[in-house]
Amino acid sequence: MDVLLWSRLQFAMTAAYHWLFVPLTLGLALVIAVMETLYVVKKDDYWKKTTQFWMKLFAINFAVGIATGIILEFEFGTNWSNYSWFVGDIFGAPLAIEGILAFFMEATFFAVMFFGWEKVSKRFHLISTWLTGIGASISAYWILVANSWMQHPVGTTFNPDTVRSEMASVEAFWEVISNPVAVSKFIHSVTSGWVTGGVFVVGVSCYYLLRGRKIEFARKSALVGAAVGMMGTLAVMFSGDISGIHTAEFQPMKLAAAEGLEDGGRRAPFSIVPGVEIPGMLSILATHDIDGYVPGINDIINGYTDNQGNVIPSVAEKMEKGRLALSSLEEYRNLKDTDPDAAALARGVLEENVQYMGYGYLEKPEDVIPPVDMVYWSFRVMVGGGMFLALVLLLVLWYGYKGHIEKTKWLQWVAMLSVPLVYLTGQVGWIVAEVGRQPWTIQGLLPVNVATSSVSLAAVQTTFFVFLAVFALFLIIEIRIMINAIKKGPEVE
Amino acid sequence: MSYIFLQNYWWCLISLLGGLLVFLMFVQGANLHLVNPRLTAIEKNMVVNSTGRKWELAFTTLVTFGGAFFASFPLFYSTSFGGAYWVWILLLLTFVFQAVSYEFLNKKDNLLGVKGFRIALVANGFLAPFVVGVAVGTFFTGSDFVVNKMAILDSAAPVISTWGNSWRGLEALSSPHAVLLGLALVGLTGILGALYIINNVQDDSLEEKMRRAIRVFALPFLVCFIAWVVILLLRDGYAVDETGVVFMEEYKYLHNLLDMPAVIVMLLVGVVGVLLGLWAGAFTTSRYGIWTAGTGTVLVVMSVFFIAGFNGTAYYPSSTDLQSSLTIANSSSSSFTLTVMSCVSLLIPFVLAYIVYAWRAMDKTKITQDEIESTPHKY
Repeated sequence: MDVLLWSRLQFAMTAAYHWLFVPLTLGLALVIAVMETLYVVKKDDYWKKTTQFWMKLFAINFAVGIATGIILEFEFGTNWSNYSWFVGDIFGAPLAIEGILAFFMEATFFAVMFFGWEKVSKRFHLISTWLTGIGASISAYWILVANSWMQHPVGTTFNPDTVRSEMASVEAFWEVISNPVAVSKFIHSVTSGWVTGGVFVVGVSCYYLLRGRKIEFARKSALVGAAVGMMGTLAVMFSGDISGIHTAEFQPMKLAAAEGLEDGGRRAPFSIVPGVEIPGMLSILATHDIDGYVPGINDIINGYTDNQGNVIPSVAEKMEKGRLALSSLEEYRNLKDTDPDAAALARGVLEENVQYMGYGYLEKPEDVIPPVDMVYWSFRVMVGGGMFLALVLLLVLWYGYKGHIEKTKWLQWVAMLSVPLVYLTGQVGWIVAEVGRQPWTIQGLLPVNVATSSVSLAAVQTTFFVFLAVFALFLIIEIRIMINAIKKGPEVE
Repeated sequence: MSYIFLQNYWWCLISLLGGLLVFLMFVQGANLHLVNPRLTAIEKNMVVNSTGRKWELAFTTLVTFGGAFFASFPLFYSTSFGGAYWVWILLLLTFVFQAVSYEFLNKKDNLLGVKGFRIALVANGFLAPFVVGVAVGTFFTGSDFVVNKMAILDSAAPVISTWGNSWRGLEALSSPHAVLLGLALVGLTGILGALYIINNVQDDSLEEKMRRAIRVFALPFLVCFIAWVVILLLRDGYAVDETGVVFMEEYKYLHNLLDMPAVIVMLLVGVVGVLLGLWAGAFTTSRYGIWTAGTGTVLVVMSVFFIAGFNGTAYYPSSTDLQSSLTIANSSSSSFTLTVMSCVSLLIPFVLAYIVYAWRAMDKTKITQDEIESTPHKY
């Protein structure tokens, strides 16, 4: 394996690990904010102690989430040096907003939330709890703006003088921050965190019910958890549908891979598992029209006409245009100081073909195909797991509402065992999103092999294994501490 | 607003963030005192619980400092992080361990024991300021890199910024000048940490030990810092002419100071602030030395950044290829991006206001053993 693959593995490992902690932070933040609101509104100390218990678990999880977030920020520079230069100008504004609006809000009110119970008023404490969760969610929005720009690079102009993508106008800025992919991805990611938080709270509560301890606490917590989780599930389904439309429009290869669709067409079928299909369903999901055209992998390689009647060139043609863009860039930079007229001509050719520049680095058309099996099966686990979790949450809500939850042992077992599933579902969701867009770091503009740093193989391998060891250590400790805290339980009955 | 104004404005903001980061590294400095054998277990616990309520702020400032550098001067980020690989990885690892140490430290089944995570906090207490100091030291000594934007056309070796040696930034340790700044920063943060504990914890015995620690740290800090400043003012520096050509200039950094009287004033006021804080902590009964020393620290760090980047200076010079050196002008984001970021930066006073408000609300009761026990969340 080469440096590129090790760098990708390292980033993938860090991102996947980070995503073990982020969704629970987002979900538990909402759960504890709701519980503390109940405490303040009802003036009932029972809810205060309940909030404090879940806050304790939140804190254990939060620390590792923060610790791993900074690794991603550093790896952008250490392992993806060209990428950080290429995108720096686009990410500048979102990062500035994230830093100023979100990071400090989260950091400041986090301290008040944990240590301020006896130091600030009830109302200020409640506001701090909400602001910690809101800060985390705002932070998620801006980082997803950056991620979504890589999936669908809008509002950008390539500057041949600086050799990077730049944001050149107010319109471009609005395009970047209101990128439709970012909006749906934000809703999808944050609300999937609510599902994680909800399932976690329900699972832990069911542990107490199974052990016959803290029954009242567990019953009430499960109900709040299931309500938050169910709210999240509905939003995940809605945003997932919108994401499907966006993927079909902006990243058709990802969709084709997720469906294992070699040859597309109208009334395209949705594959449940290989050999089992629902006719026309993929067209409905991808275009909201049963007669909508969905391109398959071969169509994308060979070129096709999309639903708006646009002729999409074959990958070979795009590669040709990409190479023309790169050679024009070279010509422009060589001539700009000595022959301005010839440089202007070269720049014109570059601007005509710049949208395909990334294709100029590819060796063969098939390079645009991501690992199909991994994306296909990840998608199925995500959707299947999500539907199963929705059912579990619905049942917990139903039995909880009816007051029978403590009597349904089978549901308690299922809910408790659903906790690992919610993590698996989140992980495979990101595999679909990120592996599905390979080989692009920035769709169509920058393939992964051009985004790297010139670091030695030994250096990347060393840091990979160092991080692997650190992550494993932290995970083991985190789980042990979490289990101890759960076993000890809250101070209420 | 002109492009040059925006670039300079963002260099000022980076400098301010750098100053605030060093000030907030009182968290690291205080944790360094955990190796002090005179501290009892209870006192060590009070130190951890005191810094444990501020570490988030220091950590967030580090992340924002990095993010702001990435956003406003992306060529520095891609060149330095992708080049001085081991320096940044080392810094990263110490902060990663610090972030989890508070939560894990006193928990049963934490595998590494109290000692293990305390060592992590101490390691971060030394390495974080040291590495940051050495890294900033290379702003004046130069580094071994080349920037070639045409490289992106070569699909076999497309990386724009390449490092010239396999030490990947660790070679800075062979520069006594850069190392002096690293050691000075360790000393300074150690003093700030002790001043913070004096201010934040109500315990006579611990207070006396912290005052003593300040006296111990003062001399090495002053020797390292003064030696670093003297060498800086006497050394050749990396100058840039109006066309962007970089060249070596004798006494460049001394010239920078003399050409910018406001920076001389800022540096002197800062140094006086640090010394007053140090004096208050070491030889008086005042608990407020942290504020004068903290303000002084911010001013000193800002003036160091101003000397590094303003007055026609390459702030991240390449000792291998002078023309690859990074300047405020050649490494920044575009005019439009800097404009948007500048508009956002107008919110900074609002953010500072709520941080101050929350800080005051939280610190109005000083930390004592009883206070820690009565708090639902303790480390």
